[in-house]
Amino acid sequence: MDERQFGAEITEVPEEIRLRLSGDLNGRADEALASAYAQVAALGPRRVSLDFAHVGYINSTGIALVVRLLAQARRDGRAVRAIGLTEHYREIFRITRLSDFMEIVEGDAA
Amino acid sequence: MTELTRPIRRLLGRHTDTPEPDAVPESPAVTEPARLTDDPSIAVDIAESDPLLAYLQSASGPIEIARLELDSPAVRAMREAGVALVVPLVSQGELIGTLNLGPRLSEQEYSTDDRRLLTTLAAQAAPAIRVAQLVREQAHEAAERERLEQEMRVATLIQQQFLPRELPKLPQWQIAAYYGPARAVGGDFYDFIDMPDGRIGIAVGDVTDKGVPAALVMARTHSILRAEASRSNSPGEILRRANALLEPEMPARMFVTCLFAILEPETGRIVIANAGHNLPYIRTDDGVVELRATGMPLGLMPGIRYEETEGVIAPASSVLLYSDGLVEAHDPNQQMYGFPRLRQEMAVDDAGSELLDRLLETLHRFTGPDWEQEDDITLVTLRRASGVADEPASDGQAGPALITAFSIPGEEGNERLAMDRVAAAAGGLGLPPARLERLKTAVSEATMNAIEYGSQGNPDVPVDIAVETTADAIVVRITDRALSGAVPTDAEAPDIELKLAGAQKPRGWGLFLIKNMVDSMDVTSDGSTQTVTLTMAREERTNG
Repeated sequence: MDERQFGAEITEVPEEIRLRLSGDLNGRADEALASAYAQVAALGPRRVSLDFAHVGYINSTGIALVVRLLAQARRDGRAVRAIGLTEHYREIFRITRLSDFMEIVEGDAA
Repeated sequence: MTELTRPIRRLLGRHTDTPEPDAVPESPAVTEPARLTDDPSIAVDIAESDPLLAYLQSASGPIEIARLELDSPAVRAMREAGVALVVPLVSQGELIGTLNLGPRLSEQEYSTDDRRLLTTLAAQAAPAIRVAQLVREQAHEAAERERLEQEMRVATLIQQQFLPRELPKLPQWQIAAYYGPARAVGGDFYDFIDMPDGRIGIAVGDVTDKGVPAALVMARTHSILRAEASRSNSPGEILRRANALLEPEMPARMFVTCLFAILEPETGRIVIANAGHNLPYIRTDDGVVELRATGMPLGLMPGIRYEETEGVIAPASSVLLYSDGLVEAHDPNQQMYGFPRLRQEMAVDDAGSELLDRLLETLHRFTGPDWEQEDDITLVTLRRASGVADEPASDGQAGPALITAFSIPGEEGNERLAMDRVAAAAGGLGLPPARLERLKTAVSEATMNAIEYGSQGNPDVPVDIAVETTADAIVVRITDRALSGAVPTDAEAPDIELKLAGAQKPRGWGLFLIKNMVDSMDVTSDGSTQTVTLTMAREERTNG
């Protein structure tokens, strides 16, 4: 199978915590993403940036995982933004209206 | 018992002169000797024919080599190397190795307690060693599988790179082509070449061998045929020159069968030359005829000449060019599809259906659903219109042509495989990159649904995927076995606000994405299968 192992690495930058995601964002990323967000939440940042620059594939289950993370972050009073999405996935975030609830940053964010 | 069919290489404890007051048996070693340069062990190979193997297999405990009366080269080698005691390692009745011990350092005999200890040790060590051996074998097999799969992906990419991006559009002709790669990817190819005066060159070929080597030879043959077709109007001459160029560089034990035809669309005249390939069938009002021409395959020997034969495809007649993957396909009882059956199918004059579709349909009925395709299958059909006003081909539009068809095991995660294979097939068909990305997402989602509902995640229940091309669109058909009945297509539309508020589950985006990614999605069902058809226009369709 050609699937790429999902990974989530936490980096702290001023004002936010960045989750550098890699691999395929699908149903199998469930635990890794939930666990990464739990670690982020414990650090209490005001904003979480999801860095998709190293994610090559996102399917509908992966979108559902982002929705779940976003819902949780909103409950926690935390902003979420997405960086490094390809044009195709930015389109998907627009169509699903995820972009109405999280900032979508084109290219690499500062 | 496979271990017993190979020579067994094990280590031998070597005697040391260092006095030890509390002598214990030397540490047995069961690892490969060559890497342990500081290890005081040497290797003894036991040939599979050596009688020692059978003896060890049935032995109940440690064996004293000095007392063993066997005409065995291995026993002699052990004696020379100073082995005193051999303890067979047997796991589940299978001899997996031996512990070889030199004399005790105290120079006393091995005691009953020593032997009991060694027997217990061997009984406990053998299964653990066997597990370690199996793990190593499996890791090796997994790496080998990965290498083969990678090679297969490369071969597929090369292969598909050289398939025609579009079929010729000829008034009064309906042209269809199908290329179905086998899992191991053979060396089939077909090509349409525009020639002077509106004539069309048609090549169908098959390279012996599979994988990357076959794909590379196919690519080279494809290029040579194209180049030679621009220099000559004679199929025989084109093949002669192709052979002259290919023969000196052809790898050992490889050759190419190829049929080259030149069609005059206005008159229906077709001239063929043949390099060891299957002969084309022409369906006429009087039945099916074979257009015969002989010649050696390309690349076998120099100086070959190729005879030419010509025929005429009359109005309402068809011609079929094909590779042997079709006639050599087997049914579950190992019966071969064969030429008589193909000829019989060809004879059915069913103007209401496309010949190529019908041939594939009967092939799949013949092979059954669990068929693992043995070889690439290539089919090219050309039908000349009857001239009647309502003739489907009279508008000059070519019908849909199948680019690839394959099956994937209905197991979660394989949607990625389906997506990649469709992308590889559709990549060369002129779809802009953004539209290709959308098609990939739609294929992935539709295949996920097919796996979840149609196969219920069972790898033994396949999902079939076909990629077709029409003049203005790419069409992907995803057919599942409908184990859970019809895939719901009228699910509640996902609402991000409801989902964020917890009033709707986070999931449920699949169908929504498919509908938004492609130009149309149609679902058909015949009770036992369900097919989702995704259509993606080559260019963005403007609204209104």
